[in-house]
Amino acid sequence: MSTMTIDKSGPTRKVKYGSMSRDRTWALRWSYFFLTLFAIFSLTPPFYMLITSLKGSAEISAATNPWWVHQPTLENYVQLLTSNQFLRFFWNSAWVSIIVVTVTMLISVPAAFALARMKFWGSATLATGVFLTYLIPDSLLFIPLFKMFAVFGDLTGIQLVNRWYVLLFIYPTLTVPFCTWIMIGYFASIPKELDEAAIIDGASWFQTLTRIFIPVALPGLIAATIFAFTVSWAQFLYPLVFTTSTDQLVLPVGIITTLIKGDVFNWGQIMTGALLGAAPPLIIYAFLMDYYIAGLTAGATKG
Amino acid sequence: MVDVAFQSNRTAAAQAARRRVGLRNALRRKSMSAFLMTLPLILLIAVLVIYPALYSVHLATLNKAMTKFVGFGNFEFLFKRDTFWLVVKQSCIFAISAVIFKALIGFIVAHFVHNVPANKQRKWRGMLLVPWVIPPAMSTLAWLWLFDPSYSAFNYTLSFFGIGPIPWTGDAMWARFSVILVNVWYGAPFFMIMYLAALKSVPEQLYEAAAIDGANWWQRIWYVTLPMMRNIIAITTLFSLIVTFANFDIVRILTAGGPLDHTHIFATWAFRVGIEGSDIPLGASVSLFMVPILAVAAIFILRDITKRGNES
Repeated sequence: MSTMTIDKSGPTRKVKYGSMSRDRTWALRWSYFFLTLFAIFSLTPPFYMLITSLKGSAEISAATNPWWVHQPTLENYVQLLTSNQFLRFFWNSAWVSIIVVTVTMLISVPAAFALARMKFWGSATLATGVFLTYLIPDSLLFIPLFKMFAVFGDLTGIQLVNRWYVLLFIYPTLTVPFCTWIMIGYFASIPKELDEAAIIDGASWFQTLTRIFIPVALPGLIAATIFAFTVSWAQFLYPLVFTTSTDQLVLPVGIITTLIKGDVFNWGQIMTGALLGAAPPLIIYAFLMDYYIAGLTAGATKG
Repeated sequence: MVDVAFQSNRTAAAQAARRRVGLRNALRRKSMSAFLMTLPLILLIAVLVIYPALYSVHLATLNKAMTKFVGFGNFEFLFKRDTFWLVVKQSCIFAISAVIFKALIGFIVAHFVHNVPANKQRKWRGMLLVPWVIPPAMSTLAWLWLFDPSYSAFNYTLSFFGIGPIPWTGDAMWARFSVILVNVWYGAPFFMIMYLAALKSVPEQLYEAAAIDGANWWQRIWYVTLPMMRNIIAITTLFSLIVTFANFDIVRILTAGGPLDHTHIFATWAFRVGIEGSDIPLGASVSLFMVPILAVAAIFILRDITKRGNES
């Protein structure tokens, strides 16, 4: 009976009897062929990063086949990982991302719980408003924010521009709305009976959140955490605007402003730096792919 | 007996009254604690999103030194500049063509992945989503190196087919093509994932019914798949339109707006004018031109979401 499956991809108009499985095989072969093409297209830049990062500077400027390493060397990695400047960028990025993820979760999880469960005056409007803020892009806000923080510095004497920790105030504007939005979706999908039972048993709202909602919505929580981390690690525009001193830069800006000196491109080191900068999100993705994809699709399919 | 019954009645009433008071307290506590729980969110949005958005409207009406109110002066100045119209044109070309190609490629690839046996889909999906995972600033550097004028690995490969060295980022038309190509490379996986999720939600019976009715694969896509996926396609395209229109990283790193401002889009030009040229009011005016398209897309997305909210 299993051979009776309905053919979904091959053409059926000109079929002869008995050719269905042959059509299916051909459709599958074409699928693999095109998927291979697209996979090559997708993986060429990261592959080329890896190839270049293993080359010495002599080989990079040599006229040999650029797609292959003839004398692999780790000198680029050694140079970057022993350079205080690069490690500083890495630490700045790591600190900013970790603190921003924590702050985002502390703000968005209680807010999502309140908006999903504790209906109060204006809660529906607020939920929609949160979603709308997610649609406001960083490239619209960077100029007024820059001016705002400069004015704030002049008024109070607290200088925030050109300090890495200014990013801790700005990144949550990118992460909190989306995380709140997907957490509202996850919390709303939890059956009402569950928290009603908890309330009847005498649990407070806070206990309902920590004992019931957070454990049940853990996949959503992980997806939101991954999203917040990826966004804060990858953000480029805000650090480019707000930080200029080399010891305050985060990784993406640091690589671009310090490794490119005028017209001199040290490609071996740039590619090594780019690969190391891409590594944390890639590693997270490799281990938590399903959560990553859940977070990606939740934004539009939930709510 | 009567006395006892009365007693128990009274305690019951007292208990009920106490419960009512307790309930009222709880309600008051509930709305109060709900408000406190959302307060950080409200503050964040009000101070760091709504206020700057309004502030940028105010900034756009000031002169360069930010000492004098000039009304629409900045906008009048922009309308007279050729570069501004170049930016408007390029922003539209960039966003529209990139979104169309992302949507098409995403749709096609999602179908191919869907065709493959279920146990192998994970592997392919994993590989095809890599461009979306790498921070765009990092992957654009790899593209910049692939496009390098003297050591371009693409030109090396193409030279075997007799295709001369292509000035990927040096010539205006090619530079426009390159920024769109990199944007498509980065954004297509997102469409692929969304469409794949939508494809999996189409009930199998619909295809079986269509196959019994003698529909060919094109008719099945046109009459079954597309109508079932219409919502997801619309919302993904609108999302992507917003993100692509507001793109900064890719253009900034790949061409920085060059050659001769031909690849500048609103965000990169606003940065050039406002931050690098330290004319903050003019930069604010430039970035405000993104608002109309964002607003239109946002209204459509919102309508879709409230519609679905009402259905459920």
